[in-house]
Amino acid sequence: MTNDVLTIAGHSFTSRLLVGTGKFASAHVLRAALEAAGTQIVTVALRRVDVNNPQDDLLSAVDRTRYTLLPNTSGARTAEEAVRLARLARAAGCGAWIKLEVTPDPRYLLPDPIETLRAAEILVKDGFIVLPYINADPVLAKRLEEAGTATVMPLGAPIGSNRGLRTRDALQIIIEQARVPVVVDAGLGAPSHAAEAMELGADAVLVNTAIAVAGDAVAMAAAFRQAVEAGRVAYRAGLGRVLTEASASSPLTGFLDAPT
Amino acid sequence: MTIMLNGTQREVREASTLAELIAALGLEGTALVAEVSGQIVMPDAYASATLKPGDHVELVRFVGGG
Repeated sequence: MTNDVLTIAGHSFTSRLLVGTGKFASAHVLRAALEAAGTQIVTVALRRVDVNNPQDDLLSAVDRTRYTLLPNTSGARTAEEAVRLARLARAAGCGAWIKLEVTPDPRYLLPDPIETLRAAEILVKDGFIVLPYINADPVLAKRLEEAGTATVMPLGAPIGSNRGLRTRDALQIIIEQARVPVVVDAGLGAPSHAAEAMELGADAVLVNTAIAVAGDAVAMAAAFRQAVEAGRVAYRAGLGRVLTEASASSPLTGFLDAPT
Repeated sequence: MTIMLNGTQREVREASTLAELIAALGLEGTALVAEVSGQIVMPDAYASATLKPGDHVELVRFVGGG
């Protein structure tokens, strides 16, 4: 599988597991989990400095020379807010990658498709490498691809819900039609969910909560790494057909007591 | 004079610069992004960015997120 690389906007990656950096117990655990995950792309958020506690700096825990930083636009409720956040993130000097997310509804944090498409069009023209977080909508995925996004990132289930691939059928259509990498994002709660996404043919997955809140975040990061690798190998190997009735795996001839 | 810093009123000396504000907060040399009344200010311009009364200063940085 040495030649099996993931290419996003002309950049090649050997890992197909993107990791989010939220909710980790400490910078030390985060650093060890990123190592165990073998990830090459990590997401971060942009927030106001707490002027009463200004020394709290996450980036000191993340080696910017090892990982491609993928800042998100979390907190944006409109295209304009997302564009503003993206420009601030780019000004931080970590490149022009942006995970575009526009989530006006705080209960389910589902992405607004219209605002997301509007923001994507602006950001692509402005030279950003845009990875949009979307509901599992095959038509929207094509529209974003046509607008020039580097990937599409359909959700499996609401952010942080750990519910797995609730959007499986729509994900299959997106994967079948996409000409940009499909990164299944959000809701993957167990390594088996990640493996299932990869078996479907997803190009990569993004996991945060399931690793960060695990009893042992570092061990869980390693488990996700193995699951993503296993799912990818299985996809490339070609899964066997699914039948309603049995199909014997042992020969049905030559039984001991059978008449000849 | 009064400015708005990250959504909160703050008193700063007349004609102070963004560089002086950042130093007063103990944030010199840390990775952050500054915006003054809607305009991004890059680090090499902090010292020449003179603040005006009522300016909205936003200082942001990367935090953990998914």
